[in-house]
Amino acid sequence: MGRYIFGRIGYMLITFFVIATFTFFLMQTLPGSPFNDERLSETQKERLYERYGLDEPVPIQYVKYMTNIFKGDFGVSFQYDGRAVSDIIGERIGASVVLGAQSLIFGCIIGLILGIIAAIKHNTAIDYVAMVIAVIGLSVPNFVFAGLLQYWVGVKLQWLPVAFWEGFEYSILPTISLSVFVIATIARFIRTEMLEVLGQDYIVTAKAKGLNQFAIVMKHGIRNAAIPIITILGPMTVSLLTGTLVIEQIFSVPGLGEQFVKSIMTNDFPVIMGVTLFYSILFIGVVLIVDILYGVIDPRIRLSGGTK
Amino acid sequence: MDKILDVKNLQVSFDTYAGEVKAVRGVSFHLNKGETLAIVGESGSGKSVTSKSLMKLIPNPPGRITGGEIIFEGKNLVNYTEKQMQKIRGSDISMIFQDPMTSLNPTMTVGKQIMESIIKHQKLPKKQAKEKAIELLEMVGIINAHKRLTAYPHQFSGGMRQRVVIAMAISCNPKVLIADEPTTALDVTIQAQILELLKNLQKKMGTSIIFITHDLGVVANIADRVAVMYAGKIVEIGKVDEIFYNPQHPYTWGLLGAMPNLNEDAEELITIPGSPPNLLNPPIGDAFANRNKYAMKIDYQIEPPMFKVSDTHYAATWLLHEKSPKVLPPDALKKHRQVHSKERKKERLSKKRVKREKLLEIKNLKQYFSSGSNVVKAVDGISFEIFKGETFGLVGESGCGKSTTGRTIIRLYHATEGEVLYNNVNIHDKKSSSESQKLNQKIQMIFQDPYSSLNPRQTVADIIAEGMDIHGLAAGKKERLEKVYELLETVGLNREHANRYPHEFSGGQRQRIGIARALAVEPEFIIADEPISALDVSIQAQVVNLMKKLQKEKGLTYLFIAHDLSMVKYISDRIGVMYKGRIVELAESEELYQNPLHPYTRSLLSAIPLPDPETEKTRKRVKFDEKFVWNGNGEEPVLREVKEGHWVSCTEQEFHDYKKHFDAI
Repeated sequence: MGRYIFGRIGYMLITFFVIATFTFFLMQTLPGSPFNDERLSETQKERLYERYGLDEPVPIQYVKYMTNIFKGDFGVSFQYDGRAVSDIIGERIGASVVLGAQSLIFGCIIGLILGIIAAIKHNTAIDYVAMVIAVIGLSVPNFVFAGLLQYWVGVKLQWLPVAFWEGFEYSILPTISLSVFVIATIARFIRTEMLEVLGQDYIVTAKAKGLNQFAIVMKHGIRNAAIPIITILGPMTVSLLTGTLVIEQIFSVPGLGEQFVKSIMTNDFPVIMGVTLFYSILFIGVVLIVDILYGVIDPRIRLSGGTK
Repeated sequence: MDKILDVKNLQVSFDTYAGEVKAVRGVSFHLNKGETLAIVGESGSGKSVTSKSLMKLIPNPPGRITGGEIIFEGKNLVNYTEKQMQKIRGSDISMIFQDPMTSLNPTMTVGKQIMESIIKHQKLPKKQAKEKAIELLEMVGIINAHKRLTAYPHQFSGGMRQRVVIAMAISCNPKVLIADEPTTALDVTIQAQILELLKNLQKKMGTSIIFITHDLGVVANIADRVAVMYAGKIVEIGKVDEIFYNPQHPYTWGLLGAMPNLNEDAEELITIPGSPPNLLNPPIGDAFANRNKYAMKIDYQIEPPMFKVSDTHYAATWLLHEKSPKVLPPDALKKHRQVHSKERKKERLSKKRVKREKLLEIKNLKQYFSSGSNVVKAVDGISFEIFKGETFGLVGESGCGKSTTGRTIIRLYHATEGEVLYNNVNIHDKKSSSESQKLNQKIQMIFQDPYSSLNPRQTVADIIAEGMDIHGLAAGKKERLEKVYELLETVGLNREHANRYPHEFSGGQRQRIGIARALAVEPEFIIADEPISALDVSIQAQVVNLMKKLQKEKGLTYLFIAHDLSMVKYISDRIGVMYKGRIVELAESEELYQNPLHPYTRSLLSAIPLPDPETEKTRKRVKFDEKFVWNGNGEEPVLREVKEGHWVSCTEQEFHDYKKHFDAI
């Protein structure tokens, strides 16, 4: 197992290197410059270029940048005058992570329940209702839900705050809006998987032992049905973290997504690069975790081997 | 004797879009305490549905019990609620399923799976349940039980898994054990072990067993009484000797005749023509009538009742009515058929010695598969020859490399080492595309699974003609169609079938289509990879007879790959026995069965259950332990010719022993 993870980390480094290189050269092709302010004179601009090392030829910039990131230095921001990129990310990441994690957990639990109920009550009214909910969740964009929640729960009923980030109750509405997509995806997936698992021979075996439906689903069903779910969990986690940007805007949450949009507007290369690389590390890390999780849930692909 | 279970007029239906399928149509039987009742029948006869209904395990919807009674210890289970059934399942009545590969939960340790029903029914605390589970595992013959308790199903072999399933089923000392084809998915030697285990457990615990199977050999081995099912009904029921030695129903005759007997050598197997009726609209009268050559007018009008043959033996056929003409069962069923078949044997032997033209020669063929650092030696240096016009049988248990050999010969795999000479040309040499196309035309393949080997989106005509198109064998559309018609008729299908799609055919018919496809390009050599193992006994006989007939007519040469030794013996002229990627013994089929030398061949032969209860009662199984065989003081065993045409893998010392053995005769 240790060897396996070690190898995987090696691959992760290579992947990371490729992504860093690719984004770096992509940045070079972006039109415009970070210092496009009309108030700046030519000499001022030149001095700024010099200060941030932008006057040097591209290959040299590249080598410098790459050596710096492997030292853990992502450079300094252009728009915030010399603030380290890692500081900016660190400051903003908290809200995004809390929001993403809450939506994922909430979405998975509700989605799981909905999907299992739909599978057990296959082809009944309950099943159809659950699936209609799922389809709505998939097809209606989350900012629509966000707006509706703000209007009804926030403004009309006055139950919860509609904006800002000052405590748990502030996170409830954005979490719900974000998790609608998760609920819908998980519910549909679990329903399909569960239906297949419930048709397997070992479920009949369990039934022949005299177990009741509840025990069968909980003990024999969920674990087997969850195996394929793990696959979509990885990309979903990342899309939650990156996908928070609209929701963050709507609820004025000071998260990373909001910062990302701002940086693109101002051609703040170091921050764009930094956030992109941060996301890719996250993604690669999640994929690794998912693969390890597979082994935990499904003993057949446990890599430690065992007696054959 | 006490009845433990009494089933009266049980009826089970399934609701489908097309209508109500009456899978079980009034089945009555009883089960005595401590006995084994075998229910035999072909697929779709309703035997599995019957057994599942006893525990009310048929999925509802679409299945439902529409009538009848299941009396267990004086109570009618048909009226039981789901809650009440849960108390019975696993404790009073339990079940063993067919496929041990799928009937265990892959994500749960076997210990937990065994403990589940103990905790549920006997209300034991976890620790005691665990001890009981270890005890059970030891009882079913799993070594190191306390360690294996925490293993997952995938860490066990097929036979071991079935032992675990059995341990699970007997965990609460059930009064009735239902075994639904428990050995069908297993190799013969493993099957023999499992059957022995079941018999021992029955002796120890006094359980009554309902044993569902389609294999009459297994029935003869294990059953006290037998019920033969056809089209959702029991057509004959009686003691095992009565069914095998005095069968009354023509369907039973057909089933018994369709099985080749290892000790005998009939020219043609008895087949049951046609296929079972569609139970969506069961026929009026006797459901077997239109496959029955003794059918009378009344068979098409009124269903026969159960006629009494003896106190324990009943059969549902009008032939037993006092006014019906006396019909004797076919000759082939009589025990004295051995006499005249001996002469035929001699004929066959002399016929073969005449012309011996080598068609295929395999020299030291090796096929390794590597995954990472793991190298699997699927085929590990085998050599043999196949002569023109003969059938060469390749037998062995799963994983021995027999299928890989077939696939390597036809170049589906790239051979690791060795040569395959076809008419003295090495198939595996680099060739121009026209040359290799010519070879492709001469060598064809028939596959095991007739369901997945035909493209479901193509019409039968296109499936058959595809090869002809590639090789340009048909001049125009008209000739192409003519040839397809001809081929369909050759394999016993109709012209009208040409425009249909594969799903409209039964398994046996599909295999005929597969054969027609192979024949379409006028091959010389056909590799048949387990062509009948997915088919029912009566259908198997049809396909085997067809293959024999085609060989005679077209002078084909077959490589017949199978695990069913009795069928292989029946069809093959010479047989090679494979074990772990090597051929351990090779001889003419009669010789191999009369004088098996290699310990593995002996154990294999001794494990085949024969459809003859008397020999089954006295059979002694030869156990094979590879440790004693492969340790010839470090000397690698080599294939040596012990007697003309009889090759055995042995060491120098063993070779001399074998020689002496023959000289002594």
